[in-house]
Amino acid sequence: MSGFFAAVAEAVSAFLGVVDPLCGPVGIFSLFAKNTLLSCGDAGWGDEIAYGFLVTASLALATLPVGLAAGFFIALAKQSEEKSLRLAANIYTTLFRGLPELLTLFIVYYGLQILVQNLMTAIGYDGRVEINAFFAGMIALGVVFSAYCSEVLLSAFKAIPRGQYEAGYALGLRHGKTMRLIILPQLVRVALPGLGNLWMALLKDTALVSVIGLPDILRQTGIAARITKQAFEFYSLACLLFLVLAFLSSLAFSAIENWTKRSEATR
Amino acid sequence: MSHTATLIPPQAPPPVPPRPFTAARFFGNAFMGVWLALTVGVFLMMAGGWDPQKITRYGPGYLSGLGVTLLLVGLSVVLGGLLSLPLAFARMSKNRIFSGFAYVYVYFFRGTPLLTQLFLVYYGLGSFSAELKAMGLWWFFRDAWNCALLTFTLNTAAYQAEILRGAIESVPRGQHEGAAALGLPRSVAFLKVILPQALIVALRPYGNEIILMIKGSAIVAIVTVFDLMGETRRAFSRTFDYQAYLWAALLYLLVVEILRNLWTWLENRLTRHLKR
Repeated sequence: MSGFFAAVAEAVSAFLGVVDPLCGPVGIFSLFAKNTLLSCGDAGWGDEIAYGFLVTASLALATLPVGLAAGFFIALAKQSEEKSLRLAANIYTTLFRGLPELLTLFIVYYGLQILVQNLMTAIGYDGRVEINAFFAGMIALGVVFSAYCSEVLLSAFKAIPRGQYEAGYALGLRHGKTMRLIILPQLVRVALPGLGNLWMALLKDTALVSVIGLPDILRQTGIAARITKQAFEFYSLACLLFLVLAFLSSLAFSAIENWTKRSEATR
Repeated sequence: MSHTATLIPPQAPPPVPPRPFTAARFFGNAFMGVWLALTVGVFLMMAGGWDPQKITRYGPGYLSGLGVTLLLVGLSVVLGGLLSLPLAFARMSKNRIFSGFAYVYVYFFRGTPLLTQLFLVYYGLGSFSAELKAMGLWWFFRDAWNCALLTFTLNTAAYQAEILRGAIESVPRGQHEGAAALGLPRSVAFLKVILPQALIVALRPYGNEIILMIKGSAIVAIVTVFDLMGETRRAFSRTFDYQAYLWAALLYLLVVEILRNLWTWLENRLTRHLKR
């Protein structure tokens, strides 16, 4: 079984090596920056920075579904008829919208460490426990994202008239099916601009995980800057890479927006 | 002639049906239980690790750190607000060069993380120390606090320019036409007719921007400015006491909540003529 996973991991990394936009066979660095500081391989920083690019993108992409799902359920909880559920959900958003992202990251990173360490000691394991920085970053960013996301989804829920639910029930659909077939498609359409903004904020917040040692764009360019003493060039490159990510996601979002509006009358 | 001889005797109302124990109630109680457990845990942690020596040693540092945070955010929001005015006008101008410049400026500062911008200014410009010394600007860029102030001002100017532009463009055309029909000069029409209406629209985004800046200002701790987060990191690195972060969280939450409530009050106060 482990051989199978190793093979899959190898295939994935081989595939990423081929399509890598920075250091692959048709990558920007390997085509245009062959004998500079940015060349790929041992001589330059190209491959390290390409790896950082991959880490940033995958962290943001891995956080998105977690944050969206959590945010959806928090939004549902906020409009529940049950008082305690509403209160608990409101505490959640107040807390995580009020704390700085950096502080949330530290609290999650060190707090998880202490929690897991204590649990392991209780079980009888004495070794030191290290929390994966990627996992801690994913939790912290996901929590912040879900808190904001629940607000966006809540206002989108309020924009959908009651009659839509009633029509669903009148057709004999159950609650879950009404949600899935009638409410959700409209919800996505209403909430998409807000979610787009949140995705941009998430993308920018990923830069913070470099502080807890995850080799993302900022950390890799920072190391390169410190060693080569060309801080301005490398940090400009980091800005440029983030701009590229922002640009790509704005393209993706406008495509999704067109897709959600495909059934609307063209004016 | 018939009439009712006996009246129905008064009866007690039917008993209230017991509240069903639904899934929502279960999850609500469970969720609240988690919060309660966390609160108790945090309280026990603070009570268990209560150390007056630490409080007297690091408490003043926390307060001065809070002062640094508030000063940094206050200054950069005000300076950024001043800078955002020309930016917003450049963005709305018909001149291609001005609007193009403002567009690129805003896109850059809104598209990249604040942390990267801060590194670019502090470490990036720091690598040109010889040139900066020759220009006589080195005293400014040598200090991390100045670099943080510069970065935050430039950053918030981009966001505030977008807020201002959106608000000014949200004022209906008829208001411009009405002012013109009254014979008001354009400057008076802008200051007395357009701007007051735009600022009411912009009030809530401005509040959000200030809160975002307070939260975002925590990153200056990474470039050795001792704001609230910096003092927290210092205390943690000396004591390895997790409480350090909890106290900082408490202070940040307090500031943000006070500001949020203040803003709600302000908004209600300023828009009371629009209520029906």
